[in-house]
Amino acid sequence: MPPAMPAAQEEKDSTVQKQLPHRYDGVAKVTGKAKYAHEFEVPNPAYAVMVQSTIPSGSLKFIDQSAAAKAPGVLAVITPFNAPELPKPKPQPPARRHVTVFQEKDIWYNGQPIALVVAESLDQARYAATLLHITYNPPPAKLNFPGRLNEGRPPKQQGREPADSKRGDVPTNLSNSPTKIDVTYTTPVQNHNPMEPHATTAMWEGEKLTVHNSTQYIDGDRMTIARDLGIPMDNVQTVCPYTGGGFGSKGSTWSHVVLCAMAAKVVNRPVKLAVERGQMFGPVGTRPTTVQQIKLGAGPDGKLLAVQHDVIEHTSVMEDFLEPSAFQSRYLYDSKSNQTSHRLVETNLGVCTFQRAPGECTGTAAFESAMDELAFALKMDPLQLRLANYAEKDVEKDKPWTSKHLREAYQQASDRFGWSKRNATPGQTKEGNKLIGYGMATAIYGANRSASQATVRILPNGRAFVGAATQDLGTGTYTIMAQTAANALSLDPTLIDVKLGDSTLPKAPVSGGSQTAASVCPAIPDAALQALLKLSELAVNDPQSPLHGLTSADIDTKNGRLISKKDSSKSETYAAVLTRNGNQTVEGQGSAEPAQSHEAFTSQSWGAVFAEVAVDIDTHMPEVRRIVATYDIGTLMNTKTGINQLQGGIVWAVSTALHEESHIDPSTGRTANESLAEYHVPVNADIGTLDVTCLNIPDTKFNPLGARGIGEIGITGASAAVANAIFNATGKRIRDFPITPDKIMQAKSVTQSVA
Amino acid sequence: MNPFSYQRADTPEAALHAVTADRSAKFLGGGTNLVDLMKYNVEHPTALVDINHLSLSEITPGPNGGLSIGALVRNSDLANHREIVAGYPLLSQALLAGASAQLRNMATTGGNLLQRTRCYYFTDTAFPQCNKRMPGSGCGAIQGFNRIHAILGQTDKGANSPETCIATNPSDMSVAMSALNATVQVQGPKGKRSIPVRDFHRLPGATPQVDTVLRPDELITAVDLPSARFAKNSWYLKVRDRQSYAFALVSVAAGLELDGNTIKSAGFALGGVAHKPWHSPEAEHALIGQPATPDTFRKVADLALRGAKGYEHNEFKIELAKQSIVRALTVAAQGVQA
Repeated sequence: MPPAMPAAQEEKDSTVQKQLPHRYDGVAKVTGKAKYAHEFEVPNPAYAVMVQSTIPSGSLKFIDQSAAAKAPGVLAVITPFNAPELPKPKPQPPARRHVTVFQEKDIWYNGQPIALVVAESLDQARYAATLLHITYNPPPAKLNFPGRLNEGRPPKQQGREPADSKRGDVPTNLSNSPTKIDVTYTTPVQNHNPMEPHATTAMWEGEKLTVHNSTQYIDGDRMTIARDLGIPMDNVQTVCPYTGGGFGSKGSTWSHVVLCAMAAKVVNRPVKLAVERGQMFGPVGTRPTTVQQIKLGAGPDGKLLAVQHDVIEHTSVMEDFLEPSAFQSRYLYDSKSNQTSHRLVETNLGVCTFQRAPGECTGTAAFESAMDELAFALKMDPLQLRLANYAEKDVEKDKPWTSKHLREAYQQASDRFGWSKRNATPGQTKEGNKLIGYGMATAIYGANRSASQATVRILPNGRAFVGAATQDLGTGTYTIMAQTAANALSLDPTLIDVKLGDSTLPKAPVSGGSQTAASVCPAIPDAALQALLKLSELAVNDPQSPLHGLTSADIDTKNGRLISKKDSSKSETYAAVLTRNGNQTVEGQGSAEPAQSHEAFTSQSWGAVFAEVAVDIDTHMPEVRRIVATYDIGTLMNTKTGINQLQGGIVWAVSTALHEESHIDPSTGRTANESLAEYHVPVNADIGTLDVTCLNIPDTKFNPLGARGIGEIGITGASAAVANAIFNATGKRIRDFPITPDKIMQAKSVTQSVA
Repeated sequence: MNPFSYQRADTPEAALHAVTADRSAKFLGGGTNLVDLMKYNVEHPTALVDINHLSLSEITPGPNGGLSIGALVRNSDLANHREIVAGYPLLSQALLAGASAQLRNMATTGGNLLQRTRCYYFTDTAFPQCNKRMPGSGCGAIQGFNRIHAILGQTDKGANSPETCIATNPSDMSVAMSALNATVQVQGPKGKRSIPVRDFHRLPGATPQVDTVLRPDELITAVDLPSARFAKNSWYLKVRDRQSYAFALVSVAAGLELDGNTIKSAGFALGGVAHKPWHSPEAEHALIGQPATPDTFRKVADLALRGAKGYEHNEFKIELAKQSIVRALTVAAQGVQA
């Protein structure tokens, strides 16, 4: 932290900012001026194509590259048999990934990168890749996940929270519960598919390496590239002004990034490597499949006496990754006793990683469906059941929340939705050939924050600059950085120029865990304060300034002017001070990190989600008609980008509920449906109306902005709301996501005996 | 993608000459399927003969009061053509149920008839078995992930048999054309011939690599529709995993000609269940002279699915197809337009 300085001015209230009406980067994106990693012009680029294994386990016997090497335009074929030797890196969890950069001949999964073909053109590289003749030693693979659940073991290393937890006596409380359920839910393998697949452009100039990479963490890329290649970090610059979506898959540095830099060294010219859509299914991370057993016991009033949530999930044989699906079940509701566990089953599939709300996405899909089952068993309204178990504090850690207004969220969303019109008996509401159902669920996601830095400059032309080595995943980082700088500098947000996505800027953390706004923005007022202090010093020491002779503590700021606190007639613009003083720019460096006091609290974001679904009685196709949601996410920094992120999360939750699954071929371990035609995500016609609001109640105990981050909470809860609506429509409880027409057709309805 | 040559043909004769000269040449229409398959390294023609400039883009009056659809009429144009919408709503609905607006704008009538299966084991060359892609290699689907596969007319002699194939035809348009009993007009080096669309696609039999009876040196010039009988009472029902841009789990093209509540004639085919649009003459015949009632439709559904065999992941299609048939025929009988 910087030393205490005399306050040049009061820090502005960061929780109330003037919003930019449009995305800062919107025009650049819709006009095609925004440059993505593969689009940067570099002199004389070569093109690399990644070749993947076609077996799930074993080792490479030989790669015959004689035909490929002779193909037109080919510059190099790099394989584990001829790749430059790299230093053996030490594992650095959590984001450090086991990448395959041709240092070993082992095969861990089908689709693993095993060769790189570099050619003058992309087409030449692709053609030459088909000429490689690859032979393997293929021992049997560990593939059948459902058949090997008994192989589940605890994670080798503990993450941020322990994998298992126990509070109170669950077995006794369960057996004493008058109403109890014991249900098992499953969720499938999912693969991130942002609009922009991963892409890298690498260029060496002597010992200096510049890498344009589509990423969620430019500084992490820089560290990993330097470490993997064994070069000083100062020799690496990573650049990424725009990321076309990441969803967690771009939070780690994968094989192709290091391989691209390696290839550029081998062919001694810049190399571009675009990961193809089909290559998104394995080499760049996966959400693991989960099997979740949930036991709930409740009293006649619906009060939870016991909560037990046990998760078994697959992990790669290369390294452990825990999708903590049961974490939220520890504190989502109050309960007399609570017990959770997570077990991993090693499988010959690509490395598992963070995917939007890792844990909460799959965890709430199952747990909030189970709560609906409990409500049905209790003959209780599902919303009333939630209210009966409202957690007034973090019961697991016995800490108060920094801020929680979930009751208001339930109230507002249920009113707008018309929840009171719900028919509690499933299968009763019919419109023509359709059964109509209402469902609800609670959304939850943690509030994360890390140390970050920022630079602010006040320019003599009346504008200002703010920069940090963060990234904008399409989420609005540019926009809220501009707003936050404008607020701190008393300028209009349209006067702010933002630079991010360059590792030469001040350090910022990974854009993961919904933490970018909450981490980066708090550093900006600090930097702005330092810049304004320098500006004030210039003014008070300048005989030509109306503020001459005052101290900087006497000066306030308003509308781009320095003003005397005592005599508001004495003022001048920032630009006037700077132009008169040699047209100079003043710069401030700022930093922010979580306060010590944050240990005393728990911070979570909350939401209430209501869904209406129609299910056709003959085709069994479900149709989401509308989703109404209200979120308690602290300050909503920008309405357009914030609501848009929440809506996007809900769309993905619908996908998780109804559509999305990577189908793994049982004998080869290859993803069968590795294209966007066959890997189903919702199209516009699958999403009815989305009515999303935020309470916009600042959580200033969490950070001065009061903003808790909103990137992930939208995907939580909503899948269960849809599933619960399907149950209410049909009386059919499908516990195997996604809920496709065939599963609805084959399920038994609880109402069939009476229908 | 392999290197290939490209040439443009301006007449059917020139196009035919070009493919006859080079046995691994292919015609290029909309390219919406062929170009994908070339990128996947599934198809590797040495030459592409671009036929987009042939004069085959018109819809004209056909023989016996029907319509003749030029082979290059784009799917979007066909679906929205006034006379198609008025006389053959079944075909219009089927086309609009397929692909996406962008793909329909490019895809041609002839190309749609020739589109290849979306069986994962066919489109991904990393899979070691596919009798369609590598004749004799076996079938990866039969013991693999087979949710989208065939339940009728497949060849099932075990995974390692060179004959086994449980792939499905992906087209929606062809299903409607089968129900409408259309005729495919083709031109070859020895002249022209007509092929009923119901005979145009084939079952895998012992040669699953062959999708249709079209010979490599033949060009589709048109599809003729018979005079419109089902304009009032028809329905194309497509059951799929999402509301748009997904291939059919099961689809039903149903057309009825009614005299009061009695079925005078019918056209009826299924999609998503077989190596070709599935037309059961027996099921179709069982509609004739019967009252348009759920009872009749249920009997027809049972007949149409007779002999169906499911696999680990697609067993559901048998029951789903039956329910869909009853629904589609019911809606067709009610005369509700989409």
